[in-house]
Amino acid sequence: MAAPTLPADSLLQPRAGTGLRRFRSGLASGLIVGAFVLAAVPLVALVYYIAREGLKVMSWEFLTTDLPFAQRSLEGGIYPAIVGTVVITLGATLIAVPLGVMGGIYLNEYGRRSRFAALVRFLAEILTGVPSIVMGLFIYTFWVLPRGASGFSAFAGSLALGALMLPVVIRTSEEMLKLVPHELREGSLALGSRKSRTIRTVVLPHAAPGIVSGSLLAVARAAGETAPLLFVIGATNLVNWDWLSGSNTALSVQIFGNASAPFVPAQERAFGAALTLILIVFLATALARIVTVVYTRRVSGS
Amino acid sequence: MTQVLDPAPPPPLVGGPRPPGFGVDRVFRVLALLAGLFVLVVLVCIIGVLLDSSLEWLRFEGFGSLFSLEWEPENAKFGAGAMALMTLIVSALALVIAVPISVGIALFVTEIAPRRARLPIVFVIDLLAAIPSVVFGLWMLRQLSKPLSGIYADVHAAVAGVPVLGDLLGDPSASGLSIMTAGIVVGIMITPIVTAITREVFATCPPAQKEASLALGATRWEMIRGAVFPHSRSGVVAAVIIGFGRAVGETIAVALVIGASQRLTGNLLAPGDTLASVVANQFGEASGVWRSALIGFGLVLLVITIVIGIAARSVLRRSNRRLGIV
Repeated sequence: MAAPTLPADSLLQPRAGTGLRRFRSGLASGLIVGAFVLAAVPLVALVYYIAREGLKVMSWEFLTTDLPFAQRSLEGGIYPAIVGTVVITLGATLIAVPLGVMGGIYLNEYGRRSRFAALVRFLAEILTGVPSIVMGLFIYTFWVLPRGASGFSAFAGSLALGALMLPVVIRTSEEMLKLVPHELREGSLALGSRKSRTIRTVVLPHAAPGIVSGSLLAVARAAGETAPLLFVIGATNLVNWDWLSGSNTALSVQIFGNASAPFVPAQERAFGAALTLILIVFLATALARIVTVVYTRRVSGS
Repeated sequence: MTQVLDPAPPPPLVGGPRPPGFGVDRVFRVLALLAGLFVLVVLVCIIGVLLDSSLEWLRFEGFGSLFSLEWEPENAKFGAGAMALMTLIVSALALVIAVPISVGIALFVTEIAPRRARLPIVFVIDLLAAIPSVVFGLWMLRQLSKPLSGIYADVHAAVAGVPVLGDLLGDPSASGLSIMTAGIVVGIMITPIVTAITREVFATCPPAQKEASLALGATRWEMIRGAVFPHSRSGVVAAVIIGFGRAVGETIAVALVIGASQRLTGNLLAPGDTLASVVANQFGEASGVWRSALIGFGLVLLVITIVIGIAARSVLRRSNRRLGIV
C-alpha cells in the first residue's frame, strides 16, 4: 500500500486568538486530540486483555497438541487450528496474488483508460465491499454443496479468502505499477523489448516491493477472517495438512466456537487461540510495514 | 479504500512499442485481460448463485417475506424485515460512534500532529483495522459485556419515564449482550476505514486556501471550519456511506455480542440480531427453505453493498468534478 498522502507543512501558524475564539479553537483541538486517544484506548485495552488471558494457557504444548474432543476438557491444544489457518491462508495467497497481480497489470499496462478497465476497477471496488459472510455463502453453495460431504476442505476456505483478497491485490498492484517511472518503460521499449518482456523484466521488479507489502496486508486480513470459513471447511479435531481434501479447522473458527461456550477451559482455549492469531496478523502487518520502509529508503536514498 | 483522486495519465509514447508478436507477448496480454475479466466473472457468479439458491425462499411466501417481521424457522416463518431493520439500527449506532471519532483522528493527523508523529499515528489506526473481527467479539463478550450491563442499568434508570428516550433505552438485558453493545463494537471496527478515507480527503485540501485563511488571522479551528470542511464535505459523505456498507456486513463480532434474538425491538439495550449475524449463528443447523432464506439474506447484503458502492462512487465523482480534478 502506498504511503498515505499528507499535506505539506505550512510556514504560516494559526493565530491563537483571544477570548471566545481562543476558547473555541482550544476546545476543538482538544476534542480532535481526544478522538485519537479514544480510538487508541480500545486497541491497547484489547491487546492487553487478550495477551493477559492468552498467556495463562500459552505453552509449547498448547501450540502443538491436537484439539480436545470435548469442549470442557482441560487437555488439548490448538495445533490443528494453527495448521488449518496456515494452509488455508497460504492457499488463498496462491490463488489471489498471481490473479490479482495480472489484473493490476491489465489495468495499468493494457486497459488504462479504456471503458472495460474502468468497469473492472469499479467491480473490484464493489468486490472489496462485499461482506465476508456473503463470500462464505457463495463458496458454500457454489463449491461445497454440489460435492456433498467431501466438499468441505481447506481448499474451499482458500477459495473464499482468495475471493476476498483478490480486489485488494488488484488495487495495490495497479497503484504500485502506476508509480513506476515512465522513462523505464520507454528505455526498455527503445531497446527493442516487446511489451510483455518490458513488463516482466523492468516494470514488475520495480513495483515488486510495494506489491509484496500490499499483498502481505491482504494476507494478514484474510488470516483473521472467520465468517467465510464457518460453513466451508468442515470441522475436525485433528491435524490436516492436506490442502485439497478432508475437513479442516482454523484459529478464527475455534475462537468463534469457544468464545461463548459455558466451559472455562473452552474459553481459555479461545483466548490462547486469539493471542496466537493476533501475533500472526501483527507479524504479517509489521512485515508489510518493514518492506515499505526499507523500499522507500532504498529508492529515496539512491 | 476508495480512490479519491485520479493522477494525471502518463504522456503517450512517441512511436509506441514494437507490434505484439505471436508468441509470449500475445499470450501475456490475453492472460492479463483474463485476470481483469475474472473480477467480472466472480461478481456475476456470486449474484447468480445466491439468487438461484434463494429462489426457494422468495417463492415460499412471495416477496412479502422480504418485509415480514416474523422469523420463526420452526413455524415456517421466514421474514427478513426484523433483521433488516435491526441491521440498520446497529449500523446507525456504529456510525454515530465512528464518524465523529474518525473525523477527529483525520484532522489530528492532517492538521495538528507534528510531522514526525503522523506516520506512527496512521500505523496505530491501521493496527486497529488488522485485529480480526472474532477477536473484537471475544474481547467485548468476555471483558466488556458485564461492565456494560451495569452502565446500561444506570442509564436506563436515569431516563426511565422520559417519553422517547425511555423506550429507546428500555430494560437492559442482564448479560449486557444487546443491540447497543453490537453498535459499539462495530463502531470501533469501522473507525479505521472511515478515518483512512476522511484523512485522504482532508489531505487534498489546497494549501493555498488554508494559508489564505491563516493569513487573514484565523485560529486553527476557524481555518478548519472555513477552508478544510467546505472543501471536504462530499468526501466525508462518501466516507460515511462506505463506513455504513462495512457496518452492514460486519458479522462475527456482532454474532458474538448482540444476543441472538430475532424479534424486532426498539429497545437498544435489548438483544437483537442482524442479517449477517443470524446467518453466522443459524446456517449450520438450517436446511430447506430455512437455508434458502439465510442465503437470501446474503443476497440482500450483497445488493446493499452494490448500491452503496455506486452511491459512494457517484458522490466522490461529483465532488471531484466540482473541484475541477476530473
